[in-house]
Order: sequence, then structure tokens, then C-alpha cells
Amino acid sequence: MNGTEFSWSTFFAMGGYATFVWTSYGLTAVVMALNVILSLRQRKQIIRRVKRAVRREKLQTQ
Amino acid sequence: MFRAIWAWIQRFSSPKYFFDMSGKLVPWFAIAAALIGVYGLYLGLFVAPTDYQQGESYRIIYIHVPAAWMSLFIYVVMAVSAAIGLIWQIRLADMVASASAPIGASFTFIALVTGSLWGKPMWGTYWVWDARLTSELILLFLYFGYMALQSAIEDQRTADKASGLLAIVGVVNIPIIHYSVEWWNTLHQGATVARIGKPSIDINMLVPLLLMALAFKLFYVAVVLVRARNEVLFRDRSRRWVREIIEKL
Amino acid sequence: MLRAFYHLLLRDLRLALRSRHELINPLIFFVLVVTLFPLAITPSEALLQKMAPGVIWVSALLAVLLSLDRLFRQDYEDGSLDQLMLSPNPLVILVLAKVCAHWLLTGLPLVLIAPLLAVFMSVPDAALPALLYSLLLGTPVLSLIGAIGVSLTVAVNRGGVLLSLIVLPLYIPVLIFGANTIDVASDGLSVRGQLLFLGAVLALAASLAPIATAAALRITASR
Repeated sequence: MNGTEFSWSTFFAMGGYATFVWTSYGLTAVVMALNVILSLRQRKQIIRRVKRAVRREKLQTQ
Repeated sequence: MFRAIWAWIQRFSSPKYFFDMSGKLVPWFAIAAALIGVYGLYLGLFVAPTDYQQGESYRIIYIHVPAAWMSLFIYVVMAVSAAIGLIWQIRLADMVASASAPIGASFTFIALVTGSLWGKPMWGTYWVWDARLTSELILLFLYFGYMALQSAIEDQRTADKASGLLAIVGVVNIPIIHYSVEWWNTLHQGATVARIGKPSIDINMLVPLLLMALAFKLFYVAVVLVRARNEVLFRDRSRRWVREIIEKL
Repeated sequence: MLRAFYHLLLRDLRLALRSRHELINPLIFFVLVVTLFPLAITPSEALLQKMAPGVIWVSALLAVLLSLDRLFRQDYEDGSLDQLMLSPNPLVILVLAKVCAHWLLTGLPLVLIAPLLAVFMSVPDAALPALLYSLLLGTPVLSLIGAIGVSLTVAVNRGGVLLSLIVLPLYIPVLIFGANTIDVASDGLSVRGQLLFLGAVLALAASLAPIATAAALRITASR
């Protein structure tokens, strides 16, 4: 532990390197979240497209 | 006997089988990644001691190093999958390769940026042309080239094979690039080469590092399974089994 | 097999020499780009000398890159490439013939005009042989590796930028060693090691790149 007392403000200050450390962690979180979000969105888009195509084909054959 | 094994492989690598199996796996990998990641972050940010030389900024290591490891690991997985797809015509392998590329590129990007942000306070500069950084930057370009080639070719099979070949050529090139830059740097002795110091690492720092590496790997598996499943749905969208599944979704 | 090699080589050379003006372009590009640097940065001799290896090498690299399209483009469009792929001769040998022709038409002229550029960039006389040898060994490697990229993108519409994106990372080791050779020679040191290494890279590229190129052609250009 850093020192005997833990304080959130000390923690967030990261020994003066707050900008660098938190930007790194923040950016990583954003990029990883984007990976998840975009992958799930890709899934939804594909499902939507195929459903639409199936519907269109059914209409054409009627 | 080999025929039996081959038949077994072909059954398990059929997109349909993969799709059915992987659906149940994704949540487990995701949860495992999240839990291990949170624990690793807790250890790394709160429990691990302050570095004697670098103070608190060294904590970037818990993101930077695992990301760099992943960037290389995923590229190798991509190249191996592509090779399997090219040699044995297993489509699932091509799908895994395509699905892996954006994830690998993301980790490469993270490794470069976090490395840069670590370098500035520590060694006074955002960038330096040493072997590791330069190789990592070129790795990013190799990922981009792979993804660009994939999207440029219209026919799916051709696109897979062409970008697969590119990935294999690239994987051969990665050690060459790394050593050529390292060689180039040792010749230019005058330049201040930033080195990530590698003394023997404190166990309290090593454990969170390994945990984060594991968490990142599990994250990769979860995301690549999602993306590969998307590939299956898209590429086989005219097949009956896919349409039946999609109807229900 | 050897006959097929020579026939294809001569055919490519003959075809290219019919449109001689096209061949001049990479040369002019090479000279122009190198000329830009002293104009843009500084005419100071000392600084030019330091920059020279990199400037000359990057310019040569870009000139080769620009000329790569001619390797397969014409043949792809008029169907000759299909014929080559159907030929009983191994595609690897035919590819090697085309790459040789490409180098003779593009790389070799660059090597021959390099002394002029050495003068522009204040390269010391002692380094001139190293300059020529490094380009002599390096430009074939650029043609060979470039062929892999062209074969992957030959069927892509306007694949020029894509080609650069693919090929430039692969060029980097050659660039580093090539430029470094001139650099070391400018300091008056022996470049035997560097040249041997470049030679080794050339041998490696000559044996492996045509295989990758032939494989890529079969993937992207078979119809």
C-alpha cells in the first residue's frame, strides 16, 4: 500500500502522472468497449439484413 | 485412421457446428475476462507497490505489456488460421482470421499509445525509433493492409485467400523487421535508445501483469467468437439452417 | 524451362521498349524527388551528406513502387496473364522472368543514374561504390517483394494505394540495410558485412518471393 493512509485523491493523482496513466487506461477502456459494441452491432445489422432479404424473396415468389 | 480423423476435423470445423457450440461459450469467456480483469486491475492499481524508479506512472505497464503481447499473439493466430484455410480449405479458419484482424489492430493501437504515454514522463519523449516500437508500428500497418485487402476484393473466397497469403508473408516479416531495426539501432549508438528496463520483476507486480494478460486473452476469445459467428451468419446467409436461426432471433 | 524464361524475359523487354517514354518516368521521378530535398530542407553540404543515404534510398523505393503496376497490369487486362498461368512451364519461373525484366527496366536505370544523385546530395567519393552496390543488390529485392504486392492487388480496381500499404512494411528491412550501407561507407568504414547481408536478402527474396507471387496470382487472377 502507498503510505499508511489510503486516500482516493492520492490514488487518482497517481504520483503526479495522472494525465498519462488515466488517459492510457481510459483509452484502453474505450477501444475495448468499441470492440464489443461494434461486434454486437455488426451482429444486429447482419440479422436485420438477412431478415429483410428473406422477406423480399417471399414477396417476390408470391 | 487418418481418414477418420480428417472426417472428425471436418465435422467440427463446419460453420454450423461451430455456431451451435460457440453460442454457449461466449458469455463464459466474457464473464471470465471481466472478473479476472477487474481483479488484475485491483491488484495492479491498488495493491502493487510503487516503483522505486518510476513512481506511479509504471502502472501503465498493466495495460501496455498485455496489449503488446496480444497484438503479436493475435497476428500469429491470424496467420496460422489463414494458413489452415489456404492449405486445407477449411472456411471456418478463414472466418476466424478475418474476425481476428480488427481486434489485433485494436490491441496494437493500444500498445502504441499507452507506450507513448508511458514514455513521455519517463524518458521525456512520446516516440523513439527503437526496434520494439518501430516493429509494433509496422505491425499495425500489416493489420491495416490485411483488412484493406480483404475489403478490396469482392469475391469472398478470393479475398480470404489473398489476405491470408498476405498475413503469412507478414508473419515471416515480423522478426525480420524487428531484428533489422534492432541492428540498425545498435549501429546508431549515438541516439538515446529508450529501453523498457527489465530488472527482475517484483512478484507483486508480476501477478497483476499475468492476470491482465489472461484477461485480455479471454476478452479476445469472447470477441472473436462473436465476430466469427457474425461471419458465419453473413457468409452462409443463403443456407437454410442460417435462415431458420435468424428467423428466431 | 530455361527457354521459356528467356523468351518471356525478352518479350517483356521488347514490349516495354516499344513505349520507351513510359520507362523514363520512374527515372525522372527518382531524380526529381531527390532534388526536392536539398531545396526543401537545406543546401548545406554537411547536412545533405547525412541525409543522402536515406533520401536516395526512399526515393528509389518510391520510384520502384510507382512502376510496379506495369508488372502484371497489361497482361492481366489483355489475357496474357491467363495464358501464362495455363502454360506447362512452372509459374514461378515465369514470374521470375517478368520480375527480372521489371528490374532491368526500372531498377537498373536507377542504379545507373545514382552517381548523379550522389553528386546532388554531396555523397563523399569514398561512399560511391557502396551506394551503387547497395542499390544494385537492393533494387532487385524491391522488384521481387513488390511483385508479391502487385499479384495480390492486380484484380483490384485502382489498387495503387492498397499496393503501397501492403508493400511498404515489407520493404522496411531492405530500406534500413540499404541506407545504412551508404551511411557506414560515408564514415569511411568497411561495408563488407552490410553488402553480404544485402546479398543474402536478395538470395532469400529471389527464392521465396516468386513462389508467393505465383501463389497470389493463382488466387487473385485465375478466371
